[in-house]
Amino acid sequence: MKLEFQLNGKAVQTEIQADTLLLDLVRSLGCLSVKRGCETSNCGLCTVMVEGKPVLSCSVLAARVQGKRVFTLEGLQEEAEEAGRYLAQEGGEQCGYCSPGFLMNVLAMERELTDPDEDQIKEYLAGNLCRCSGYMSQLRAVKKYLNRKGEKGC
Amino acid sequence: MFQAKEYVKPASLEEAYRLCQKRSSVVVGGMMWLKMETIRKQTIVDLSDLGLGEVRESEEEFQIGAMVTLRMLETDEGLNREFDGVFKECTRHIVGVQFRNGATVGGSVYGRFGFSDILTALLALDTEVELYHGGRMPLAEFAARPRQVTERDILTYVYVKKDKRKAAYLSERRTSTDFPLIACCGARTDWGWQFAVGARPGKAETVSFRVIDGWLERRTGKPCQAVEAQDTGWTKAAGLPQSEASGDAFAETLAGAAAASFIYGTNLTGSGTYRAYLAKVLLKRLILGLLAESGLAEGKEEER
Repeated sequence: MKLEFQLNGKAVQTEIQADTLLLDLVRSLGCLSVKRGCETSNCGLCTVMVEGKPVLSCSVLAARVQGKRVFTLEGLQEEAEEAGRYLAQEGGEQCGYCSPGFLMNVLAMERELTDPDEDQIKEYLAGNLCRCSGYMSQLRAVKKYLNRKGEKGC
Repeated sequence: MFQAKEYVKPASLEEAYRLCQKRSSVVVGGMMWLKMETIRKQTIVDLSDLGLGEVRESEEEFQIGAMVTLRMLETDEGLNREFDGVFKECTRHIVGVQFRNGATVGGSVYGRFGFSDILTALLALDTEVELYHGGRMPLAEFAARPRQVTERDILTYVYVKKDKRKAAYLSERRTSTDFPLIACCGARTDWGWQFAVGARPGKAETVSFRVIDGWLERRTGKPCQAVEAQDTGWTKAAGLPQSEASGDAFAETLAGAAAASFIYGTNLTGSGTYRAYLAKVLLKRLILGLLAESGLAEGKEEER
């Protein structure tokens, strides 16, 4: 079947199967930052934004994004690089496998929440699993990234 | 893996219902669990275009469409204002924001999963479901039905009555985003108390209590809905502490009676004994919280 949608700001027209998952579709279109980490709707590695909301692309039918705007990390390079630098500086980047999904959700959180506290940050990012870092370095990085303009003075 | 040959987005419920009469069709909610099943279907029926993605509030009730996501429940101001944050509390531990942006109310309720936080929370409120063919019925009645392959109806809406009840929710999990190993919801109504306990690990069930002449009376099965229905089906459950007793003793008695109303089982997450113990602890906390909210924690529960 035919599918038309926007991927990272560009109009895409493509052929899909009825049961094609969004994850497989965006990977086939070259967005290799999107990964299948768990197959159980649990790890957050396949996070993409559909109409600005973070979703698990492993659990979304490609057919459902007809006419919608989809963003992967490839389309948010500038923001991702900036957030990624904080992650690296705090030692939150170990094997790096989970980073794209994690960063996508950090960027989504920044769009959705205003000035989140530590508990809100943890809760928003709880669905992104990392098996290297233990999360403390990531939490430091996220806090510093969110406060990069220095409004909080710390 | 889940496989299907054809994808249809019906323009009307009638068309969706017609498509669903074939065993080779499957209605897709959020697809969070479905995609993990090893099944092969002919037709995927997507209800996304039927206006079922909204929470609407009227004077009497909330109407929650089947395609409303769990994240929408979590963040809906009206629902959380009316029911004291229960909808935030029963959703916020479910996997992650991305998951909750996908999973739907219809999928959660229709699935009648044992682990469902959503089913547990809704069962402690005055909730009805509407099926396209089967019509409107109390959620407790729908939830008690076993899932059958011959069942081919479509859940369209969930209705939650605004009956001024105060509600609260607690669950226990091995880790914060895991399935609950026990899930409890409690509500204080104008006729008494209503509780639901899920992840026992069986699916959530509900029980009601009222206080009459120093006794706690219990009602299982269909919860109290209308004033005229209140006088049937009540049986004595426990004597209440004397008048000098504190709210704590009342909560202890009520939590014990409520927790003892359910059957608990053992699975990988926890033993039946552990679950029964936790249920009583969590129910007591809920009761104390609800008493405190109405300024009754230090006094005796007034008789009605």
